[in-house]
Formats: sequence, structure tokens, C-alpha cells
Amino acid sequence: MKSLEELKRIKEQTLKAMDLRQAKNRGKVVVAMGTCGIAAGAKDTLMAVIEELEKANIHDVQVVQSGCMGLCDREPTIEVSMKDQPSVIYGDVDDANARRIVHEHVQGGQVVAELVIKRGNI
Amino acid sequence: MIRNQLLICAGGACITSGEKSVKDVLVEELARNGIQDEVQIIETGCMGACDLGPIVVVYPEGTFYQKVNVQNAGLIVNEHLVKGRTVGGLLYTEPTSERKAQTSGDIPFYTRQVKRVLRNCGVIDPLSIEEYIARDGYFALGKALEMTPDEIIKTVQDSGLRGRGGAGFSTGIKWKATKDATGSPKYVVCNGDEGDPGAFMDRSVLEGDPHSVIEAMVIAGFAIGAATGYMYVRAEYPLAIERFEYAIGKAREYGFLGKNILNSGFDFDIEIRIGAGAFVCGEETALLRSIEGKRGTPSIKPPFPAQAGLWGKPTLINNVETYANIAPILINGADWFRSVGTSKSPGTKVFALVGKVQNTGLVEVPMGTTLRELVFDIGGGIRDGKKFKAAQTGGPSGGVITADYLDMPIDFDTVKEIGTIMGSGGLVILDEDNCMVDVAKFYLGFTVDESCGKCTPCREGTRQMYHIMERICDGKGQHSDIERLSKLANVIKDTSLCGLGQTAPNPVLSTIRFFEDEYRAHIEDKKCPAHVCKHLLTYSINPDKCVGCTACARQCLVHAITGEVKKIHVIDQSKCTKCGSCYEICRFSAIRKE
Repeated sequence: MKSLEELKRIKEQTLKAMDLRQAKNRGKVVVAMGTCGIAAGAKDTLMAVIEELEKANIHDVQVVQSGCMGLCDREPTIEVSMKDQPSVIYGDVDDANARRIVHEHVQGGQVVAELVIKRGNI
Repeated sequence: MIRNQLLICAGGACITSGEKSVKDVLVEELARNGIQDEVQIIETGCMGACDLGPIVVVYPEGTFYQKVNVQNAGLIVNEHLVKGRTVGGLLYTEPTSERKAQTSGDIPFYTRQVKRVLRNCGVIDPLSIEEYIARDGYFALGKALEMTPDEIIKTVQDSGLRGRGGAGFSTGIKWKATKDATGSPKYVVCNGDEGDPGAFMDRSVLEGDPHSVIEAMVIAGFAIGAATGYMYVRAEYPLAIERFEYAIGKAREYGFLGKNILNSGFDFDIEIRIGAGAFVCGEETALLRSIEGKRGTPSIKPPFPAQAGLWGKPTLINNVETYANIAPILINGADWFRSVGTSKSPGTKVFALVGKVQNTGLVEVPMGTTLRELVFDIGGGIRDGKKFKAAQTGGPSGGVITADYLDMPIDFDTVKEIGTIMGSGGLVILDEDNCMVDVAKFYLGFTVDESCGKCTPCREGTRQMYHIMERICDGKGQHSDIERLSKLANVIKDTSLCGLGQTAPNPVLSTIRFFEDEYRAHIEDKKCPAHVCKHLLTYSINPDKCVGCTACARQCLVHAITGEVKKIHVIDQSKCTKCGSCYEICRFSAIRKE
């Protein structure tokens, strides 16, 4: 370690690894992880969402899991709630759809209409 | 790809209550579910809420799980992480509202605190220098090396930081005096010889954020012109020593210790000196002798360590918590530091809140916070609905703060006015069941054991005071004892060489000042109002309540209780040893304790 620049670089790198512990206020993606959801592939969905957010360099959106939302025939389901917007529930969210939702809704602000089950809070 | 991080508190208290085995269960369950690569476990320093331990916090939600044990730890993995269901049974229930807290942000114990010294404790992995850097670690050192020593000292002086070890002397003035002193080489010393019974602030900082102390010691070395630092820490703190040693190694590896630090041409290194746990070695001159390898006895001041310290050379000695304040001051400036606290005692203070409060643990609050806020808002009030009686501050060198002063802002100067001291931050809360004479006797007994023996008033005087306290508690107190105690106390205060002797009578003087009636009850009425002092108690059986169940008679080891089945029992006072076992076992509240 010979300079402040080097110190800053370590800081930036480590902050990324510590990112999960920072406050994330811009929005939340909830992945339903009931038995039905897991059977339908919710775990892949969850990891796809996390991976895609990371790729898009989005760090202010929290990804959390929940139990079954009760929409078992449309699993995996996810709920996207961005700050100051009504939340949206998507169904049939496989790996590819998950990535699409991150890009179009979370990043682009456009709801992916064809996958929507319900708008507004349950 | 990591989707969740589990932070487990690996502070001393949580380790004692089973943190390691909880961690093992979590690791095992993660592997069983095949998610060991998606979930990361991080052990942190003390999170503060020690009686809720072991604590596990799940991120990104920040869900705060308390009292986790090997039986229920698996639920965190199988329910929360696999199925997305919060484990309700492990959440903290707020005692007054009975609401379940999801995160630490919902718990008053945490929301009322201002974490500056403890900024990284429970947040980062203490073994990770990278995480310390990510939280602006070593940036203060980078900044300091671009300043002149005088500019650094001026910033510390302007901040108004006062020594957190107990006496509250201006840190800036100490730094300046050591820099201005003639003599070479100079030394930087950190006093980690925390010895007050019930105090664990410094241990928690060393265990939870060792780099914050290392960084400040390097800055201090640059400011006063020293190349060597010593961390003096007691052998009873093995985990603190282990983590500090590891941190020193990492700091050397990264070039924050050693030659030519950050390309500035400045050299500095730190060595650890392990103390044997003698209380007197917390006194700075005794501590310096101990580092030199001599017996830890104090010497007369002046000369102060700033003029003639280690091996007679100018030495800067500060306490752990004082050092932990330095880096944020240099980064944010003196005005930022003064933005909380009182004008004469700026900043925050870490307290080890223990005793009869609901929430015990490590708390950091602005100076000037009232005892009421500490005990009732953060501490959650007194256990079992009992009444607050007093708070003992400053350990064996301090005294008590009574209910009349609950609303007094606590800082270095206000507590001194009522005859106690801030000390290093031990705060023992006492309730109506504590006998103040007994409490004072306990602390005095501690100093009797810990007196180094150099000065006669301290060595012999405290022992004589202890004898008097003993006879008061045994019901053999004499009418003149209060006066005799006060007289002896003042002689000891006036004629002892070091702080240990000068303050040893404080617990007695302070309790006489506020609870003289309790002393008089012991001496004149031969009664202990709190029912603590064994020899002043009488156990008897209330004939109206006794049903003759024989439980007490069977329990009594000395056969002092007689009576037949379904007949009223009687205690033979000449045989009774006052052990209290009949009182404990009676289900009909028929045993009277008076």
C-alpha cells in the first residue's frame, strides 16, 4: 500500500462485497419461495434476479424471499415494488423472465405487461 | 453469487452463550440445503445487546434474530433462507408494547444510541482489514500524513476530546505536551488494562474493531514524533489479544505499520504487552513500569509520562476508547465531533450497562444523556418490576447516582459534582433489593485486594475501612463508625500516591452521603432494610400462612425447623444459619424475612 488511490480502490471493491449490508431504499424484489415456488424453480429465479441486478450495477434494490403468495399455478412469482410506485406481481417468472423484468421494470421503469398477474398491493 | 449474508455476533458474551456451536449448525444446514455458496456467514464484533445473544442478523432484510441456540438455529436456514418465512419465534419482543421487532432499527435499545466509537462493532468482520477500509478505515491516516503534526494536534485539541479512561483530561493537551517534550525516542502507549468489575467497553472495541485503535496509534506516533507503540492489554482478554495481534499483522502486510508508511517516509510499529491483570496497572505510571518489565507500582507525578514515561522518555498514553475516537475526528473535523455531547464534554461515551436493567450490554450515547434515558429508554427499565435505587459509576473508584439525579445530564463534570466519577464507563444499575452498605463493601473489598501495597494509607487504611464495613454488616457496628469511616477515608484520599488509593474510599463516601439512613439502620437498629446482610436477618414462619407441608423442614440442612405434618412449623433461631433455603422452597409465602 503506497498511496491513497490504492486505498480507495480497496474501499470500492470491498464495498461491493458488503453491499448486502447497506440500506437499500429504491425498491424491493420479493421472490416467493413456498414449496410450490421452489418446485417451480424459484431458486433459479432468485439467483437470476440477484445476478442481473449485479450486472446492471444496481445496488439500491433489496432482493428478499417470502413464503407462498397463494398463486401456486403461476409459480414462480415475484413482486416488484419500486419506491413511490404501486407494486406489481409477476407470474411464470423463470430465469429468462426474471432477467427481463430486472432490465425492463427495475432498470427501465417499464412494467412487463404480459407477465403481470396483479398491480397494486395484494 | 451471494444472495444473503448472515452476521453472527462473535463478541465475548455471545461466544460464552454458544455462538460457535450456533455457527456450526448454520454452516451444516446451509450445506445440507446446498446453498453454502449463496449465503455467506460473517462473524462480527460485539453488537451490544449482550443478554439477547447469540445474535444472528440476516441481510439484506436486516432481520434481527436473538437468543439463537443449536436447537433453533436451523430454522433460520430452513425457514428464512430456503422458504422465505421469517422465524417469528426468534424475533425480539419489545417488553412494553409486546411488538415483535423485525430489525435492530425497531428496538429502542439500538435506536437511541449514537455509534461513533462502536461504528464498526457488529457491522464488519474484525478480522477483515478490507472491510475496515471500506468503512473509511485508514483514510484518516492518509489525511494525517499530509498534515503537519501541529495541524493534527490542533484538530484533536479543537475537538475537545477528553480521555475516556476515567479522569477526562484533554487529549489534545496531552498530545501537545508529549510532542513539545524534549527527549528521544518518544513512545505511544495504549491503555487496554480495563479493570473495573463489570466494565467491558475497551475489550469490545479491541475485539470488534482493532484497526480503529491501530490507525489512531499510528496517527498519534506521527503527531508526537514516535516510532514505537505499545498496546498494553490484560491477559484475561485472550480474544482481544488474538484479534489485535492478527490486525497488527494485516496492517503490516498492507503497509500501515512498518517502514515508510503510505510513502510518507514515516516509520511506526506496534508491539503488544500482556499484563497480568493487576488493577493498579490501569494507573498510567504503574502501567509504564509493567511494560518496562518491572513490578507494576505507581510513581509520583510530576514528572508526567509526557515528560518522562517509558524508560524515562516522553510517552503519550491514552485509553482504547480515546484512540477509537481519533480517526473520525480527523476525517470529519473538530466541529463534527462537537455536534453531539455537551460543550465541556463533547462526543459520545460508551457504557457497559449491567445490573438490574432489562437490557444489559454495550451502549454508546452522547455525553449529557440522562441516567433516566440510559436506564429506562435504552435499558428498558428495572427487571421484575422492581424500583430503581441507584447507579454505580466508575467502578471501585466511583460512587453512586441516586434516583434524585435521574434527570441530570451525565458528563465528566456533572458526575464529579455529586461525588462520583465517570470512570471508564461501567454502569451498574441497582434496585431496591441491593443493600448500599453491602455494595460499598464489595467495591472496597476489591481495592483492598488490588492495592499494590506501596503506600501505607492505601494498603492498611482500606483494610481497616473494610473491617469497619464488615462489622457494620455483621450487626456489630458502633455508633461512631460512620464518623470513623469518613475520617479514615479522607486521610486515605489525601495521602495516597496514585489514583487507586485516592479514589478507593469513594464508594463508601458516596453511599454514606446518599444512604446514611441505611448505614444507621445497620448500626443502630441492627437491620438491613434491603434484606441482604445475612447476620441482620431473621427468618420466621407466619402461623397464618403455614399449612404444615414440611417442605421447609426437609430442606433445612441444620434441622432448625420443627413441626408435624399439617401443623404449624417453627424455626429455632439458635440453630438457624440464615441460609434462606426455607424462604426459597416455601410455596405459601409463609417464611418471613426481616
